[in-house]
Amino acid sequence: MEENKTLLEVKDLKVSFYTPAGEVKAVNGISYSLGYNEVMGIVGESGSGKSVEAYSIIGLLQSPGKVIGGSITFEGENVLEYDAEKMRQFRGNKVSMIFQNPMTCLNPVYTIGNQLIEALMCHDKGYTKEQARARAIEMLELVGINNAEKRIDQYPHEFSGGMRQRAMIAMALICEPKLLIADEPTTALDVTIQAQILELMKDLQKKENTSIIFITHNLGVVAEICDRVSVMYAGHIVEQGPVNDIFYHPQHPYTKGLLASTPRLDEDSKERLVPIEGTPIDLLNPPKGCNFGPRCKDCMKICLREKPPFCEVGEGHISACWLHYKESKGDAAHE
Amino acid sequence: MNEQKVLLEIENLRKYFPVKGEKLFQKKYVQAVESVSFSIFRGETLGLVGESGCGKTTLGRTIIRLYEPTSGRIVYDGTPIYDSEQKISVDMLPYRRKMQIIFQDPSASLDPRMTVGEIVGEALDIHKLCTNKTERRERINTLLDEVGLNTEHANRFPHEFSGGQQQRVGIARALAVEPEFIVCDEPISALDVSIQSQVVNMLEDLQVEKHLTYLFIAHDISVVRHISNRIGVMYLGQMVELAESYELCSHPVHPYTQSLLSAVPIPDPDVTRARQRILLEGDIPSPLNPPTGCRFHTRCPYATERCRQEQPKLKEQSPGHFAACHLLDG
Repeated sequence: MEENKTLLEVKDLKVSFYTPAGEVKAVNGISYSLGYNEVMGIVGESGSGKSVEAYSIIGLLQSPGKVIGGSITFEGENVLEYDAEKMRQFRGNKVSMIFQNPMTCLNPVYTIGNQLIEALMCHDKGYTKEQARARAIEMLELVGINNAEKRIDQYPHEFSGGMRQRAMIAMALICEPKLLIADEPTTALDVTIQAQILELMKDLQKKENTSIIFITHNLGVVAEICDRVSVMYAGHIVEQGPVNDIFYHPQHPYTKGLLASTPRLDEDSKERLVPIEGTPIDLLNPPKGCNFGPRCKDCMKICLREKPPFCEVGEGHISACWLHYKESKGDAAHE
Repeated sequence: MNEQKVLLEIENLRKYFPVKGEKLFQKKYVQAVESVSFSIFRGETLGLVGESGCGKTTLGRTIIRLYEPTSGRIVYDGTPIYDSEQKISVDMLPYRRKMQIIFQDPSASLDPRMTVGEIVGEALDIHKLCTNKTERRERINTLLDEVGLNTEHANRFPHEFSGGQQQRVGIARALAVEPEFIVCDEPISALDVSIQSQVVNMLEDLQVEKHLTYLFIAHDISVVRHISNRIGVMYLGQMVELAESYELCSHPVHPYTQSLLSAVPIPDPDVTRARQRILLEGDIPSPLNPPTGCRFHTRCPYATERCRQEQPKLKEQSPGHFAACHLLDG
């Protein structure tokens, strides 16, 4: 199939927020590529820049945020050079997004159907009103909403949390986008509903062949749905690789720390959790060297002086840490 | 394991909240907690899990009487502190020294206009635990030290702290009166992943050091399983299953617990992908008019006619393992 072709390529993307207190480098030079039909997970804590990065792909970055460098290439075109009209055509049509809180993202004064049909009509797909309505009903059925013909005329407040998220997914997929960005789509939901939504997304991904960027802080969700994972910390990708490598052979101390500090439902013994000490860094005054350096157990002198480069630690598996550098080049800490 | 001495006994506890009905003067009730009975042993951690709206927070608050119970009986260390039948309702102030609570949202539960020292010290003043200012200051400093904050933090305001640190202040405040029993109401769900484990470890250490008893409420079952000795599962205001935590996670008997556990994602790609999920249909019904019979029957894949009619009771299925389900009667 088209597995190996690249759908989206992000290169050295830099996004800054110009706040009264100073420049916050929310995303500081991240690169990755996403193939057709691939699910990429982006994991990180709050403030690591994972949402900002997604917002800049879809052109929803709000002032005072600004893309200050790098490129985002979608099917060969640089998205950052799009003007407003082109961006509008691109957004929703080729790339769409589902957000964390479905209630704040649905318009409370329009019916669900109205909002679904609007998405279709905006993108001029040559539907008549009746066809658009039929398509909207079809979409609602696809995402597992029973009684779609009746439900389509209801307002968001008549839907439960899980149903609203289903409606959001229907809306995002109605124009058959090639890429779906899911920004913590299950965080606001209960585990049983989360399980329903995850099953639905896995199902739809197979049916519609959509690529997905799945942003979350829940490692369990990532393990379940993603093919590849990028771990972000303080505006940088620190480790990236196939999902099995990340979970079974994590290389970066931060990834290892995250995995060790997450309690698991299926562990046999009640081992003590190994926390990552310290607190996330203040992005207004980032450290000079590795951003994770101040919290790292294996911090060396060079870590506090210079940013670590990416090292290939496995097939398609990269990690930004001086430790690997030391291992591969002997003692190169003198630099 | 523990010497099984009962610290807190709850019998048929109910908490209804009145809401406006559809007609004028019509009153309806949200049945947030409906006939819950269980005991908490001294020195243990009892975990309480369930979906949002199942009444776990209400139960936690009703036990320490931050909410006045609608009916039922609460016995603390042999003394009834509330009994609707015998009309007992004691003055809670002396018991506040023994029962404390840590809230979910640390920034909302700290007064923004008080310094951390004042917040922690307020409890000392109310219960008159310090005779002079030096003693008070020293006590506050020890408390802050115990939760991993610096003594100079006492003069700062809550907004100057990160979420994890704010939660530590909340814990220091709860510890100030040297309580025996603490209700931890989702103490870590507002925190970042890497901070969560720090707080969990600290709570565990404090428990050993100060011989505390916890009622640990959370929706994240992995965390509850990690910290608890026993776990209670709630659904729509009722306790559906209660067992030792390993037993509950490895041999859940109630259909709701089974599906709840199968829904929890496990951070291990092979395990989680190979797992068979029991997906529940639909959503949690409204506690305004809960279903008749077993409250779970609308979503239960095994529901029978009896489940629709008759409410199951929480029964001991095997030693120490309680569950409320008709199917288990055999």
